[in-house]
Amino acid sequence: MIKPDPSPAPAPKLPVSLAANPLLSSWIRFSREGQVMVSPGKVEIGQGIVTALAQIAADELDVDISRLRMVRASTAGSPNEGVTSGSLSVQNSGRAIRHACAEIRQLFLAAASDRLGVGIDVLDIADGTISGPGNVQTSYWELADAVSLERDATPGVAPKPSTQRALAGNSVQRLDIPDKVFARPRFIHDSAPPGMLHGRVLRSEMAAAKLVDISEDGARAVAGLVAIVRDGSFVGVVSETEDSAEAALAALRKDAAWSAGETLPDEYRLAEWLKAQPVESTIIDRKTAPQTAATERTIRRQYSRPFIAHASIAPCCAMAQWTGDRVRVWSHSQGVYFLRADLALVLKLPIENITVEHMEGAGCYGHNGADDVALDAVLLARAAAGRPVRVQWSRQDEMSHAPFGAAMAIEIEADLDAKGEIVDWRHSVWGNGHTARPGRAAKPALLAATELANPFPRTISTNPPQANGGGADRNSIPLYDFPSWKIECHRLLTMPIRTSALRTLGAQGNVFAIECFLDELAARRGEDPVAFRLRHLRDVRAQDVIRAAARRAGWKPDKQIGRGFGLGFARYKNTGAYCAVVAEIEGAEDIGVKRLTIAVDVGEAINPDGVINQIEGGAIQATSWVLKERVRFDRQRITSNTWTSYPILRFSEVPEVQVEIIPRPELEPVGAGEAAHGPVTAAIANAVFDALEVRVRDLPITRDSLVAAMELSS
Amino acid sequence: MPSIRFRLNGVETDIDADPDSSLLALLRGRLRMTGPHFGCGANECGACNVLVGDLAVASCDTPLWSIAGKDVTTIEGLGSAQDPHPLQRAFIAEQALQCGYCVSGILISAAALLMRNPNPAGADVKQALDRNLCRCGSHNRMVRAVLRAAAEMATR
Repeated sequence: MIKPDPSPAPAPKLPVSLAANPLLSSWIRFSREGQVMVSPGKVEIGQGIVTALAQIAADELDVDISRLRMVRASTAGSPNEGVTSGSLSVQNSGRAIRHACAEIRQLFLAAASDRLGVGIDVLDIADGTISGPGNVQTSYWELADAVSLERDATPGVAPKPSTQRALAGNSVQRLDIPDKVFARPRFIHDSAPPGMLHGRVLRSEMAAAKLVDISEDGARAVAGLVAIVRDGSFVGVVSETEDSAEAALAALRKDAAWSAGETLPDEYRLAEWLKAQPVESTIIDRKTAPQTAATERTIRRQYSRPFIAHASIAPCCAMAQWTGDRVRVWSHSQGVYFLRADLALVLKLPIENITVEHMEGAGCYGHNGADDVALDAVLLARAAAGRPVRVQWSRQDEMSHAPFGAAMAIEIEADLDAKGEIVDWRHSVWGNGHTARPGRAAKPALLAATELANPFPRTISTNPPQANGGGADRNSIPLYDFPSWKIECHRLLTMPIRTSALRTLGAQGNVFAIECFLDELAARRGEDPVAFRLRHLRDVRAQDVIRAAARRAGWKPDKQIGRGFGLGFARYKNTGAYCAVVAEIEGAEDIGVKRLTIAVDVGEAINPDGVINQIEGGAIQATSWVLKERVRFDRQRITSNTWTSYPILRFSEVPEVQVEIIPRPELEPVGAGEAAHGPVTAAIANAVFDALEVRVRDLPITRDSLVAAMELSS
Repeated sequence: MPSIRFRLNGVETDIDADPDSSLLALLRGRLRMTGPHFGCGANECGACNVLVGDLAVASCDTPLWSIAGKDVTTIEGLGSAQDPHPLQRAFIAEQALQCGYCVSGILISAAALLMRNPNPAGADVKQALDRNLCRCGSHNRMVRAVLRAAAEMATR
């Protein structure tokens, strides 16, 4: 059994999110009618977080989960938990809610003890009813007015031990699924407050083109048109109906002239382009060996991945309504407070004048156009005389104007001794930064802000610091015990193609590179890739997931023509979930992934089926990235702006996925949403080698890249 | 504008509308029926699927003239929380979605499959859903859910 971190805890501290938002009533409120309002700062993006947080709250308070009302995040009063990203929601929001509820439970027990005249230690709570010996009882609801939660959380309150939790560790059904299956409006796209108007924004296909000339006559003739809004190169329409807005937009598009845009790189020489740009270079990590061993030979390999689109099934959507100089915004942004900060910068308004409320959209998988369309709605709603305006992007907007996951070139060099053992390891990453999220800087990062008559500069993406998991360098530091290494990151200072956070940031690329290179080095030594990895890992949890995946997959089945097996492993961010994958592929020209066998360790699994759902989903999405996905462009425009030109994995192509969770109820829970992508990518590539003896080092793995890799190796 | 008559979720419906305009625009706009979702507007993702007769079609790409006299069923007509369709029950039982934006169109494609093949194999389900896109990776759960619903319907 793995023991929790044994290092001595000096003074007890509050969980991070609770320390930042200590007011207990901002998290939890009770109604006299028997309900508990739970207000997380994190938002539902299809990952099931609301249900996991409800389980935690219900457990700690001892109330039935059906009494919980999960409040959507809003800048009007929710705790500010930054952005819902990085697989940190269970870790941060979950711990905060657990501790807040533990303290609140104690406060109510103390009040009940006073009222009932019995000691706290003989009181019991069942579904919110607090009872003691001799049938005395009261409840959260009775005491709701007597116990003030307008007080700050205090450190040192111990939540229940894992053995006393009734819901955590159980696969409670998700609270939001019935609405979605019965089509009860829940998505922002489906909400229509009284008097709502529809907005659309006109954007050029050309990257960063300027509006030179436009005639409004055609659009003005469209029935139902309410307003045309123009500010520099930002142009949009507001109409009574969606049809009318679309018609007016089409008329504007016909009558608009644009300047040439920015020149885009050559899509077919992406790695060379990445390595030739001006960069900011950072040494991410360096490890020196106590003694240097003799290098017999040095091997260097280059890996790459293309730009990848978030490609949500729903186009981004937002709603805004002005009242005087105050604006209310509804958005599926991952960070309502950050969005508010950027809106305030663009509008030059104090933040108090802006309220941003979360409403669900489709899964976003990172920073897509959710925040951008919110500014679009705010700008268009100014012309709506106080009526709410809902703005929805087109599929083309979604696939060409939203930020993409950054393309990466990764070079790894290993010095080997006479036995083929690694004596030094050097890893370099080139690429754009992996985040340009709003709310972090003195300038707004929202698209329309760059289009106004007085434009803000375009935000060049940066990388979060390694202490927060890093960006392009995420998972670039090996978890393996190589004697020495040097890890470098080269962030591009130009950004002709807009990039920001996509699920895993740089981890998918780095894990792909490390794990494929390791596979190659193991093969050179004639060593089994499982044994090779286990020999280089000291972390028992890492070893356990690799052993579990290998065992379940029957590693390694006998070689058969046209079939291959490959392994991939990582601990997400080197601090999060452990994940090992065995991929089974088949095919020769077109690769199909038949089966993914996965073992994962997320610490305490609050909702095991939720963890499995996230791992499965991540694995299937990663398979899609690996086999199909690549943002296409010519020198002027993004050309992959439909599902035909940007295909994703279909039902008939989806592998069977088996997930085993290593139970660790005694350890802190971590997120599962991003754990599988890197390991799955590497496992597929390694399986391709096993089947075809070809190392594909440039993603995606398509018929073309296979042929190119074969030519390179022959 | 001409009048178009059709049955919507079993209810006789008579609409004055441009016959070339899309069924999705009518449903989501004037009829405020938001179950069918806009995803691409080009019959490429399946999020807006509805049943016309017993066929699943993309309502974004279905002109109103083509549904005259026909039966149109949206997700709202498939079942409700009070009276769920076996598919809806099965999707809850299998927790067969993540974000759920695509799911109303997927349920419609699955319902069309079960009407023409009440006893499908997994491969049949994948084939029937192959024009529906899911970005969250819930495919395998959805296939399991459809098979579960088929099994439930067979024992009735």
